[in-house]
Amino acid sequence: MATAVTTDPMLPQPYLVQSVSKETPDTFTLKLAPEEGANGSSFQPGQFSMLWVFGVGELPISISGNPAEHKQLVYTVRSVGQATNAFVTQRVGAGVGVRGPFGTGWPVDAARGRDVIVVAGGIGLAPLRPVIYEVLRHREDYGRLVVLYGARSPHDLLYRQELVAWARQRETQVLVTVDYGGMSWRGHVGVVTTLFKYARLKPSQSVAMVCGPEIMMRFVARELISHGLSRNDVYLSMERNMKCAVGFCGHCQYGPHFICKDGPVFAYEQMRPLLEKYEL
Amino acid sequence: METLERIIAEHPFFADLESYYTGLLAGCAANVRFHPGTYIFKEGEEANEFYLIRSGKVALELFAPQRKPIVVETLEDGDILGWSWLLPPYLWKFHAHATQDIRAISLDGKCLRAKCEQNHDLGYEVLKRFAQIMERRLEATRMQLLDVYAVR
Repeated sequence: MATAVTTDPMLPQPYLVQSVSKETPDTFTLKLAPEEGANGSSFQPGQFSMLWVFGVGELPISISGNPAEHKQLVYTVRSVGQATNAFVTQRVGAGVGVRGPFGTGWPVDAARGRDVIVVAGGIGLAPLRPVIYEVLRHREDYGRLVVLYGARSPHDLLYRQELVAWARQRETQVLVTVDYGGMSWRGHVGVVTTLFKYARLKPSQSVAMVCGPEIMMRFVARELISHGLSRNDVYLSMERNMKCAVGFCGHCQYGPHFICKDGPVFAYEQMRPLLEKYEL
Repeated sequence: METLERIIAEHPFFADLESYYTGLLAGCAANVRFHPGTYIFKEGEEANEFYLIRSGKVALELFAPQRKPIVVETLEDGDILGWSWLLPPYLWKFHAHATQDIRAISLDGKCLRAKCEQNHDLGYEVLKRFAQIMERRLEATRMQLLDVYAVR
């Protein structure tokens, strides 16, 4: 369920950059804290913020931090254009504006008592990291946690140390793959769907949460269904060009949905007819 | 004691295969082991066998001139290694490099081809299983070609 936005949703709140860390050659994680006197913001795993880089523009970015840490918001951003590059090159102490959080979250409450399958591709692990934190924080409330993560190459893997730490947790299986491996890579090579044969799944008692490029999500959703998951138990995080983030402007309309307000998390059952349309 | 026939029957690739056929397969099978760093086969060599991997990891490597070799796929416990033995010209298309200690069952391709020619029911069972593997790997290769994580 979405957390209510208590202030004017169009008004950015002042935040300061607390730290910047390099995840991969083009991807960075920034921690932001509210300016003194400003209110912090809680969020649901899967929600996103609109980040203002003053003088440059605004970016919709999923929150990738721990929902239990209310004093800061964490974002992992890949530098692919002017605005994202301006954001990841912010210095510690710089001011940025934050609107939100916005949108629907992953069904972490509905998944209680069940196994959780997290399937991420590339930077898609960022919006799913809060789910992993949440499941590990309330370990007794969930069944097995299976994390399947694919990236383009070993250099593109996010959160390497955390992946190792998560794999050590009880009732948790973490499988990582890359599309192409160099000679020094000793892990799995193959697209993320090739990990399913090594995953210990109990489809009838599982909920799957998938995030990555849309085409990867299509392949993964098909794989999950072929393993016996119901379409209503597979959730995807969709991405479109979000501007206002509250369903006014229509920039992120996808079929009958506004991704910013009705999503970004949707059940595969809802998305399937749209994912298979060429025009959308 | 673990017989070859039992090991073959328990490997996921031959799941649900009638025991009569696993008996026929066992006649072409041998237990093999490869140490880490060993090349199980190299591109261009004759492909006279395939392997049921019981444990360990194999990297399939592809070489291109003036480029570092890349690993295009890894295979692990429960996987099958090699299908070039099945189709002419019976030559390997990749290097297969043991990156961990490998325990496997090797099946002699010539022996198996002869048995499949004599017994088409066995041939159909074997081909059905390889077709499934080929279909899955073709789909994975298509997804790999899409390079879905690249910046657009």
